[in-house]
Amino acid sequence: MAAPILRCARPGRCWSLDYRPRRSRALFAEPVPGRVRGQSSAAAQEPRPGAHEWAAVVGLEIHAQISSNSKLFSGSQVTFLAPPNSLVSFFDASLPGTLPVLNRRCVEAAVMTGLALNCTVNKKSLFDRKHYFYADLPAGYQITQQRLPIAVNGSLTYSLGVGAQWSPSATKTVRIKQIQLEQDSGKSLHDDTRSQTLIDLNRAEGQLRVDANVSVHHPGEPLGVRTEVKNLNSIRFLAKAIDYEIQRQIEELQNGGKILNETRAFDEKLGCTVSMRDKEGKQDYRFMPEPNLPPLILYDAESLPVAADPQQVVNIDWIRERLPELPSVTRGRLVEQYGILPEHSFVLLNEDGLLEFFQTVMKETRAEPKKVIGWILTIFLGYLKQRNLAVSESPLSPSSLAELLNLLDSKVISLPAAKQVFEELWQNQGKTPGQIIREKKLELLQNQEELEEICQAVLAKHPQQVMAVKNGNQKVVNKLIGIVRRATGGRADPGRIKQILEKQLQ
Amino acid sequence: MWRRTFRATLRAGLGPGATGAVAGAPGARVGSCRFAGSDSEKAAGPSPGGRVSAELIEHLERLALVDFRNREGVARLQAAIEFAGQLRAVDTDGVEPMESVLEDRCLYLRADEVVEGSCAEDLLQNSQQTVEEYFVAPLGNITLPKQSEQHPVLKS
Repeated sequence: MAAPILRCARPGRCWSLDYRPRRSRALFAEPVPGRVRGQSSAAAQEPRPGAHEWAAVVGLEIHAQISSNSKLFSGSQVTFLAPPNSLVSFFDASLPGTLPVLNRRCVEAAVMTGLALNCTVNKKSLFDRKHYFYADLPAGYQITQQRLPIAVNGSLTYSLGVGAQWSPSATKTVRIKQIQLEQDSGKSLHDDTRSQTLIDLNRAEGQLRVDANVSVHHPGEPLGVRTEVKNLNSIRFLAKAIDYEIQRQIEELQNGGKILNETRAFDEKLGCTVSMRDKEGKQDYRFMPEPNLPPLILYDAESLPVAADPQQVVNIDWIRERLPELPSVTRGRLVEQYGILPEHSFVLLNEDGLLEFFQTVMKETRAEPKKVIGWILTIFLGYLKQRNLAVSESPLSPSSLAELLNLLDSKVISLPAAKQVFEELWQNQGKTPGQIIREKKLELLQNQEELEEICQAVLAKHPQQVMAVKNGNQKVVNKLIGIVRRATGGRADPGRIKQILEKQLQ
Repeated sequence: MWRRTFRATLRAGLGPGATGAVAGAPGARVGSCRFAGSDSEKAAGPSPGGRVSAELIEHLERLALVDFRNREGVARLQAAIEFAGQLRAVDTDGVEPMESVLEDRCLYLRADEVVEGSCAEDLLQNSQQTVEEYFVAPLGNITLPKQSEQHPVLKS
C-alpha cells in the first residue's frame, strides 16, 4: 500500500491520444469546441428532426504510478511480482503509531510533470485525508492533495489522427486542472466461492488507471449532470466507454429521462457502461487536513534559503533546467533535421527505442532520410509487430540495416532483392548483408550485354506478345518486363529492363 | 475531547461566546473549522438550537462507523456540535485560516531508498485470518443495517 501516484486534472474532451496521458484528475470544465451529434459508431440513432445539437463535456482523472524506488510515504520497495505483503512496512499496514514520511523523489516527479504540462507549480501545497472504508485501505483514509495540490492550470497540446492517418494540422489543446500527489490503495482479490477477499498491501494493480467524467448539454445551456466511469485500463476502452456514455446520456435525455450523478463501470464484453450505484448513496469523503504533515514548501532560485540542506529543499528552477527534451520539441526537431513528415515523427517517438534505432541507422547510411523512414516504419516495424517484439528484441541491428540500405542506395541490389536480404538478416543473425548477397547471388545484373541477351531471348520466346506490342498494345510491355525479371531471378532493375525492351521492340 | 478543550479555554480565561485570541497567546489566530468541499456540512446539519435528525445520525454512523447507540450518545453529539458552533461568533474576516498547527515546521523529505518491508510474517500475525500470506477480508463492504432495525430507541 501507499505506492506513490500522481493525479492531474484534465478537463475537456479527450480522444485517442498518440502518447500516454499522465496522471489527471477529471474536473468539470467549460465545453470544448466541437459538437457531438446524436449519432455514433455504436447504436446509431438519428436525432429527431428539429432536435438541438448536443455538446459533450469530458474530464479525465488519470492515476499514474511514479517511477521511484520506494513508496510515497514509507521506505518500502515499489516493484511488481513480489510475494504478497512482502514489501509492506508497518506504516503501509496502518499500524497505530506509524507516521507518513514524504519521499523526495516523488515530489521532484510531481514538479517535473507539472512543468512538462505547463502548470503553475504551487510553492505551497497541502496534504489531506480522504476517508472511505475498504479492506485494501487499512487506515480508512487515503492521504491526497485535495485543497491545494502541487500543480495547477496546465495544458497539453496534441494532434488528432483519423484511423491510421494522421492529420497534424488538427491540433487541440486540453486543459490540465491540477496535479496532485496521493497514496494508492492495496490490491483486492475477490474469491466469490469462499465469500472472501484476499488483501495484498504491496501495491495496487496497474501502472495507469483512468476515470472518465461525462456529461452532455445543449450549447448555450448550463452543463448537464455528470457520471463517472471508473477504472478504464486501456485507451481503446476509454474511448469506447466515453462514446457509449455520451450516447446513453443523449438518448436518456431525449426520451425525457434524467441523468443521475453516479458512478458507472464499463463492461468490456458488452461495450456499455453499467451503474455501480451504491445502496448507501453519494460518497462523503469527510476531507480533513492531514495532521501529520506540514505544508509542502517548494523553492526557486530566488526564494532558496541560503544555508539550506540541499536534501531538504526542492528547487523548481533546478528541476526545470534538467527537464528532458519534451516530445513535441523532439518531433519538431526530427521533422526539421531529417525532412520527415510530422506523422512519422509521432510513430518514431511512440515506439520505445525506435527513435534511437532510426538515428543510429541515419548515422551509418548514405541513404535519404525519407527512404530510411519508409524502411523503418513499414518493413522493420511491421516485422516487429507481426512477431510481437519490442525494438530492443530486434534480431536486426541498426548497423546491418544501414549496410543494407547503402547497398540498395548504390544500386548493388534491387529493391525486391533488398527485401529478401532483410528477411534473411532477420532469420540469420550471424550474417552481414554483403555475405547474404554473395551467397544468394542477389547482386543486380549490371552488365548491359548480358541484360540485352536475356531480353532478346525472352522476346524470341514470346512472338505473340511482340506482335501485340507492335500493334500498339502497350500493356503487354509490362508483362514482358515481368518475364525478363523472372528470368534474371529478380536481379535486374525493372527500369533498365524497360529501356532495353523498348529499344529492342522498335 | 470537546469537553477537555472547553475546560482548558475556560481556565485560560476565555468564556463561551467571547471573541478574541484563544488562551491569550499573543499573535495566536482563531482557526476556522470550516472546510471547503466538506459534504457533511452541506448535508442535513442540525438547525441552530434544533435537534440532530435521525437521518444525520444514520449518515454519520455509516461514514465513521461509530455507534451513537442511545439517547445519551446523541445528546453528547448535540452538545459537541453546539459547542463548536460558538466559533461562528468569532469574526474571522480578513484572517487567513490556519490549516495546520505544524505550519511553521519544515516537511521532512526522505531520500528515495528502500529501508523497510520484509516483515510479512509479523504483520500477518495481527490478522485473525490469513490465506497464503494474504490478509482475509469479507467480500466488498458490508452495509450497516438500516437505522430502524438498529436503534428502536431513536425512532422519532
